[in-house]
Formats: sequence, C-alpha cells, structure tokens
Amino acid sequence: MSITALGTPTVPPRGSGNLRGVEKFPDAAHHELTDSQLRRNIGKATHTIRAKRLRVTGEVPDWEALRDAGAAVKKDVLARLPELLEQLEAAVAERGGIVHWAADADEANALVAQLVRDTGSDEIVKVKSMATQEIGLNEYLEAQGIVAHETDLAELIVQLGHDRPSHILVPAIHRNRSEIREIFLREMPGVDPDLDDNPAHLAEAARKFLRHKFMTVPVAVSGANFGIAETGTLAVVESEGNGRMCLTLPQTLITVMGIEKLLPTYRDLEVFLQLLPRSSTGERMNPYTSMWTGVTPGDGPQAFHLILLDNGRTAALADSVGREALHCIRCSACLNVCPVYERTGGHAYGSTYPGPIGAVLTPQLAGMNEPGDPNATLPFASSLCGACFDACPVKIDIPSLLVELRHQKVEQAGLTVEAAAMKAASLAMSSSRRWTAAQKAGGIGGRIVAGKKGAISALPGPLGGWTAARDIPAPPKQTFRQWWDSDEGRAAMAAARQEGGER
Amino acid sequence: MRVALFATCLGDTLFPGAVKATALLLARLGHDVVFPPGQTCCGQMHVNTGYQPDALPLVRNYADTFGDPSIDAVVVPSGSCAGSVRHQHEIVAGRYGDAALRGKVDTVKAKTYELSEFLVDVLGVTDVGARYPHRVTYHPTCHSLRMLRVGDKPLQLLRNVRDIDLVELPEADSCCGFGGTFAIKNAETSTAMLSDKLRNIAATGAEYCTAGDSSCLMHIGGGMSRLKTGGRTVHLAEILASVDAPVVTA
Repeated sequence: MSITALGTPTVPPRGSGNLRGVEKFPDAAHHELTDSQLRRNIGKATHTIRAKRLRVTGEVPDWEALRDAGAAVKKDVLARLPELLEQLEAAVAERGGIVHWAADADEANALVAQLVRDTGSDEIVKVKSMATQEIGLNEYLEAQGIVAHETDLAELIVQLGHDRPSHILVPAIHRNRSEIREIFLREMPGVDPDLDDNPAHLAEAARKFLRHKFMTVPVAVSGANFGIAETGTLAVVESEGNGRMCLTLPQTLITVMGIEKLLPTYRDLEVFLQLLPRSSTGERMNPYTSMWTGVTPGDGPQAFHLILLDNGRTAALADSVGREALHCIRCSACLNVCPVYERTGGHAYGSTYPGPIGAVLTPQLAGMNEPGDPNATLPFASSLCGACFDACPVKIDIPSLLVELRHQKVEQAGLTVEAAAMKAASLAMSSSRRWTAAQKAGGIGGRIVAGKKGAISALPGPLGGWTAARDIPAPPKQTFRQWWDSDEGRAAMAAARQEGGER
Repeated sequence: MRVALFATCLGDTLFPGAVKATALLLARLGHDVVFPPGQTCCGQMHVNTGYQPDALPLVRNYADTFGDPSIDAVVVPSGSCAGSVRHQHEIVAGRYGDAALRGKVDTVKAKTYELSEFLVDVLGVTDVGARYPHRVTYHPTCHSLRMLRVGDKPLQLLRNVRDIDLVELPEADSCCGFGGTFAIKNAETSTAMLSDKLRNIAATGAEYCTAGDSSCLMHIGGGMSRLKTGGRTVHLAEILASVDAPVVTA
C-alpha cells in the first residue's frame, strides 16, 4: 500500500525590512544608556505624555468598557481575517480603487516603486506611516532614484538628520529643540540661517519647506490607521494636517496597510476613535481624521492604490498565544509608561516597533530563531512590571506574551549553560530534602565569600551583572526553617500564640 | 483559622526576618500558624526566564505541600510569589500537568494570599497594633500592584502603625528594575532604573524603604549598600510585627 502524503501545514514566511537590529538588546542598550542627552529628552517626553494620558483616560466613565470593546473587535477581526480582507478588497474595487497584495517588504517596495514610475514622477510626499517604515520604503525608493519627502514634522526631523525613528508616535522623541535647530540649519534646503530654537519658529521653517512639496509633488504614499471591510474606507488619524495635504492634493495616492489594521464595520470606528487619541497623544480628539473611500471624480486623488501587507503577520497569526500582539493599534501608550524604554529609548530595540509592543511584535513578525538573532533578546528586555498591560487600550497582555516568547525561545534553543543551571535549580527545589542541603551549602559558601563585611560584592560569570552595581547580603546563619525548628523559634512562636489566645 | 506560611525560597534562605515577622504577626492575631516543611519555591524564576517544563516539579510540590484541606489559607510575604501561584501555576499545569494537578492548582491558588491582602481582605484588620518609631517610605512592588491589585492595602496597614512617620515616595509605581533574571540579563538597564528609585527614596529623607517583597528590597538594598547611601530596607511584615523598636531582625 502506498502512502499518500496529504501535506503538513507550513509555517507562513516571516517578515523582512526594518525589523531586526544589528546588536543584541543589552549591547545596544549599553550605548543608549550612556547618552545623557537622550536620557534627559526621553525621560522628560515620556513623563509629560504619561500625565496627559492619565488625565484624559481618567475622565471617560466607560474607559474600561471601551478597552474591552476594542479588544473584542480586534479578536473578531483576527478570527475572520481572510473573509474580511476579501470584503475590503471588493469594497475598495467597487469604489474605483485598485488593491494589491504584498507578501513581504520586498514585494511591497517593488509595487510602490512601479506605481510611482507609472505616474512619471520621481518624487513622492509621505504621510507618517509605520508600515512604510517597517518595510524600509524610503531607502528602497532612494536606490530606485525616487525621492520620498516625509511630511510629518517629527519624521522630517528624523529624515533630515539621517537618523532612525525611536518612537511609534513621536519618532524624534530622542531629539530636543536645539538639536532640531541644528539639523534644520544643516540639512533643510532654503532654511533661514538666523533660525532660532523657538518651537513655533522651527515648525514655521518646516511648514515653508513642506508647502512647496504639497503643491508640486503629484504622488503621495500613506499608511492607514484603519481599513473598514464593510465600506472600503481607509482612515488616517493625525495631529498636524500634513497628512490631510498628502491625502487630498496629489493626483495619485498609494496606501500601504498591514492586513491586521482592519475593522469590520464603519460603526467600529466609534470605539477606536475614542481609544486611539486618548492613549497616544493624550488628547480627547486628534486634530485631523481623514477618511477616503476609493476615488471621487473631480475631488482628491484620481488614482488610488491599496497595498495590503503581510510581512510576517500571517506567521504571527499562526501562534495562538502570540497573535494577541496583532491587536495593536500603534498608539504607543506602552512605550510611554515602560521603565525600560524610558531609559534606553527606541533605537536599542533595533526595529521599527520599539518598547514593550515591539519586544513582542518584532520577533513574531521577523522571527528570532536563527543563531545569534538579536530579536531573541527582545522578549527578555523587560522587568515584567506590567505597566504596559495597564496602559494598552486594547488590553494586550504584553507581560504574558513576553513570558510566552521567552518560553518559545528557550524551547527552541535546546541545551545551553543557562538551561543546565535552570535544570539543576529545578532539581534542587523539587524536594525540601535536596533544597535544605543546597541551602546549607550555599549559606556556608555565601558567608565565606561575604566575610566580615556581611555582603557579597562580586559574583562570577553572568551573575556578575548583578554585582556590577549591587551587593547581595551574606546568607544569615539560620534559615527560616532552621529558626522554626529551633528552641528560640519555638519559644517565640509559643509566646506569640499565647498573646493571640488572649486577644 | 489554620494558616500555612509559604516562606518563599528567597525569604527562607536570605531574608528569614520577614518570614519570622509574618509568623509572629499571624500567631499574635490569634491564628494557628503552621509551616509545612515540604515547601521550596513557587517556580516563578523558571517561568519568567522561559523554563516552564522545569517549573513543573515546583508547581507540583507547591500544590502537594499546601493542598492539605486542613489548611484554610496560605499566606506569602511576597506579592510576586503570590502572583506566580495565582497566575502562572495554571499555565504550567495546563501545559505540562495532568488533570489531577490542574485540579489541585486551582484549589491551592484560590486560598493563597499575599500578606496585606490576607490581613485586610480576609481578616478585615487594618490596625495590627504595631509601633514603629521611624521615618518610612513605601515602595509598591509591581506584581503586588499590577498583578495582585493590592491597591493601598499595605498603606492602610502602615497608616495605623503607632509613631511611624510615613512619607510618600515620588514616582512610587515605577519599577525598581529588579525583574528577576532581568537584573542579570539586562544589568545596565536594571541599574539605570534602580538609580532613579534610589534617588526618589533619598529625596523623601526616609530612614527605611519598605515593600511587600524581599526580592525588590534585596535589589534596592543591594544598591543602597553598594552606593553607601546610608538608607535601609525593611519588609512590610517586619514593621507590622514590631511592637517597640524592631523586635525582629534578620
């Protein structure tokens, strides 16, 4: 009898692009932690946004119910993703848009470049977009001889500074105004040489530079905060109005949207347009919400292309635990409350997506299992303090996802020195007989190392990370259980019991 | 009430003072305090570092040790270890254990309490009759705050301590940077977090920093010791068990 192979499910391909740093997180963090200007800028900015967010989320009486609703809608979207995507595709096409599918960053970049070339333009204006940062669109287009102009003020600062974004919402959060002034003076064509660092003057300089681009460049590229399956409507939420310019003035609009950005119905915006601005900028309502559906003759772009980007999202969806990270609406509340992000900034994560959500999303999109992959260090870049979970508007349990990814990494890594140590510790702690023996040996050893000082200031191997900055007290002569079984312990407990009996 | 102490591996070995204080306090409040000697560790370090199968024997040992139906409640002087029992044991048992273990874990988890929860929620006590004539600031540890949601229960208890000068800690709910093996794997980031915590503690002028977790106090105290800040740490249980001057010392 012959065996018929029915085929086994294959793991969907991982994403590519700006989803992997060059250094492991602790090494990258080492450089960032010593940058006192960065520490000061980020500390100040995150604390300011934190306070604003708490104020505007605290005033909404049904905030917790809104969070539950947001989580429920996103869970539904992921459960019905193929069906909803096809619904979106049909709705966009019906209204005169053209839908393209991109499996990864390379496909998406090539599609955008071809669509731009088809218009005859060698310049585009860009709406701030995480998806196009993720795929490295600007760098790709530059190599193809197409100039991309970022029009979001912070993205422009990053672009002119030949820098990388360090925050989802505030990409130039690591820069202060005097640094921005220097970048503008050095890099902005036609800038006033007497420009000072007054924020209004800096914004005015950018406005002058950008207005000219808005009026002359015929193609715009955007991302999307939401895509409505029911109507084919795309939505961008922003503060500055530069996005509105890009979405209305050019002849051609190309939108790159991650496939998880879907919402089933127009009505669902009700929940997310409350959750997003309050969580991200700490505003009750963002200044500009732009929505467009296909093409409207005689009004706005007359050609509209929607590129639906996978780039590892299907791979993340295949993980029944990790898929919760795909609920993310990119508000960045978790970054702003994270004590790790607050110290290291975003660059240490090496990905377009930094902070707590980046630490779970990046390894899932791009993988972490190749030997020496820096992404494998991201799930460990957290003290599991839980501040991110509390702040998340769609209730992503980031600490639990971090623990799950640590588990997956360890399972995949096989036998390591750490694994052997953990196994030994597990064995020692699996019975009190072995545990008390280990306590005894450790106690004697620890007291010898600590000596008269009573504290241990140097430990060997990886444990030296602790004693580089912290002591450990010498183990006391008596463990708790020894005291409990001692005459002294028995007498003390008897006295306490007597006192308790008299109460 | 028959109350079993879970000393935790760290408390048993390095910080017995906090466990002694818990034992004496609960006995003085009139409860039958027992210490099941089979206990070892909750397994949190293994789970949080990614070694779930290695946590299984520890989860099983905890369930076996405290599953005894004559035990009404298990009290833990650690928000983090209580959090592990309540939130992580079911994950490990669900993945690697059998139905019997899963059942035991559910039963034991439901009667496991962090100290301040037990005192305030179960016993309904906020004044334990303690006296502690020192200036103290309270650091709410992350897992007691955000995993167990103990809220201001420790502060309710501290406010009723005689002669205590309780001062508010700026940025109290920021993590001290411990995070278990995080403090070793990401030692420098952990240290940066600790330095802000130490600065905020020093700004209060407090003689003692207290908390409900020996692990976080080991981290904060380890920094104080290394930097010679002159500050000291004391476990919440040690303050609550204090009658005159600190009666219990490690």
